[in-house]
Amino acid sequence: MLKDADRIFTNIYGWEDPGLKGAKKRGDWSNTAKLIQLGHDEVVERIKASGLRGRGGAGFPTGLKWSFMPKEVKDRPHYLVVNADESEPGTCKDRDIIRHEPHKLLEGCVIAGFAMRAHAAYIYIRGEFVNEARRLQSAIDEAYDAGLLGKNAAKSGWDFDIYLHRGAGAYICGEETALLESLEGKKGQPRLKPPFPAGVGLYGCPTTVNNVESIAVAPTILRRGADWFAGLGRENNTGTKLFCISGHVNKPCNVEEEMGIPLRDLLEKHAGGVRGGWDNLLAVIPGGSSTPLMPRHVCDDITMDFDALREAGTGLGTAGIIVMDRSTDVVKAIARLSYFYKHESCGQCTPCREGTGWMWRMMERLVRGEAEPHEIDTLEQVTRQVEGHTICALGDAAAWPIQGLIKHFRPEIERRIAARNVADAVNAAE
Amino acid sequence: MSIEARIAEDQPDSFAFTAENEKEIKRIIAKYPKGRQASAVMPLLDLAQRQHDNWIPIKAIEVIAEKLDMAKIRVLEVATFYTMFNLKPVGKYFLQACTTTPCWLRGSDEMMRCIKDKYGISSGETSECGRFSLLEVECLGACVNAPILQVNDDFYEDLDYASTAALLESLEEDKPLPVGSVTGRSGSEAIDGATSLTALKPKRSGAANA
Repeated sequence: MLKDADRIFTNIYGWEDPGLKGAKKRGDWSNTAKLIQLGHDEVVERIKASGLRGRGGAGFPTGLKWSFMPKEVKDRPHYLVVNADESEPGTCKDRDIIRHEPHKLLEGCVIAGFAMRAHAAYIYIRGEFVNEARRLQSAIDEAYDAGLLGKNAAKSGWDFDIYLHRGAGAYICGEETALLESLEGKKGQPRLKPPFPAGVGLYGCPTTVNNVESIAVAPTILRRGADWFAGLGRENNTGTKLFCISGHVNKPCNVEEEMGIPLRDLLEKHAGGVRGGWDNLLAVIPGGSSTPLMPRHVCDDITMDFDALREAGTGLGTAGIIVMDRSTDVVKAIARLSYFYKHESCGQCTPCREGTGWMWRMMERLVRGEAEPHEIDTLEQVTRQVEGHTICALGDAAAWPIQGLIKHFRPEIERRIAARNVADAVNAAE
Repeated sequence: MSIEARIAEDQPDSFAFTAENEKEIKRIIAKYPKGRQASAVMPLLDLAQRQHDNWIPIKAIEVIAEKLDMAKIRVLEVATFYTMFNLKPVGKYFLQACTTTPCWLRGSDEMMRCIKDKYGISSGETSECGRFSLLEVECLGACVNAPILQVNDDFYEDLDYASTAALLESLEEDKPLPVGSVTGRSGSEAIDGATSLTALKPKRSGAANA
């Protein structure tokens, strides 16, 4: 188990003052100017060396992403945009950073912004987080008053502004280019890539979009050293991670743990174990709703990191772990996710706009067993026609949970269809 | 839902931001680079909604379009794309119940049943007294504290049938329960006390409320 001394977010549960005074006590803002004296490229190199991979779902190396920004600022300013549009079902870690550790995020913005030669950051927070946005805004105000933001931020010689922008209820704005569209005052519909945001992003300027957690861990990594972070977890899957454990565990919770912790340890040490014991486990969605579920036998010895989960045919995603015990109607659980994606499709690409609705209606029939067995294959086929055929990954995200269900629980779907057919035959005979 | 069905039939004849909000608007627009004032469209819609009993009349959309030098249809497009903008009246207490899988696994059906039992309303409806509107919403992003009911700006967490009833009763009396988990846990730590950061754990947390 990760030692408390190695935990980055020491106020994740909000027991201490989230404000500047409390944050300084926890070490935030202690030597920001010194970190900035390292220089743009050295900050990027150290983040690269730490092995930090993006915490928003895709797991792209953060330092490498920063290095894609132009090395010189020409006629267009550079922007850092922080994705705080946390909406992936099963995920609620950024909310805790924002309400309990806001200064880690703000200091991270200054450092990351400096690394990519930006003088401004926009933090795009989901609209429903009204109280969280208030908390963050008050942290921003405090930081300005203390000279940590604005001209010569934290006496570093670097000017840096942070602006908070609230969304208004659209999951799709968590997709980075939809977020940029939304920030520009438009509908949140993803852009075709290329060009990538590092070339043409916010207002047509070089932009990097990072998840809250990725930015908030950066100052601590620089302070404690890339080696320290890289020494946790395993190669290519380094550091600590905030895990969100929801669903059928005895004590759902968020916890910061070492990357690569066995799933079973995570659930049993921190979340009170599966309701009714480990043998009562049916399946786990390991990384937010988009990642395919794992049946019990995979859960037995899977470790929670990017590569192990990818090898198991799923993903670490946001590390939003949704646990389902044997009382779960697993077809309905996935059908509800299909409804989610149908509701959240932005409507831009036909395969997603039409496909998410089609897949959801089909899933609803499967919940009731109102189908023929061959229609399972038809559904599987349709998921393949949506996946990879849309501008953004929402189409993929809608397809994967269904593919996971069919792969691991096909007999359950077939059983329902058979039971329904028997019931229909009995009714007809009467 | 069709656009027509989302927009109120009865519309006020005019809309104007208050003097205080006019100042706020200047502050909001200043966050964005010159010429990029359209970025302020969502904050301004939110401001209009807060000023106007939690819904946005068409006149407000016209006022915002003019302020930001945008075509009215662009503002309406934004107002209809994002689900948090109400284009017709809602009750004083706007109940947004999350029923996405993590909340559903933790009993959001019971929360919905309680609301139905009390006011006879389903998603999209307003109670007979006019004070409670219900909307089934997608993941609210507080899954380890599921199920969640958002009442106007505030999250109520870890609900079941009985605690939902108690919450609704507190709203009926206009004395809302404290915001957050109804079990009293302060955040997202395990309900009977956290398993990490234990050296830092204050005495008041967790266990006392388990």
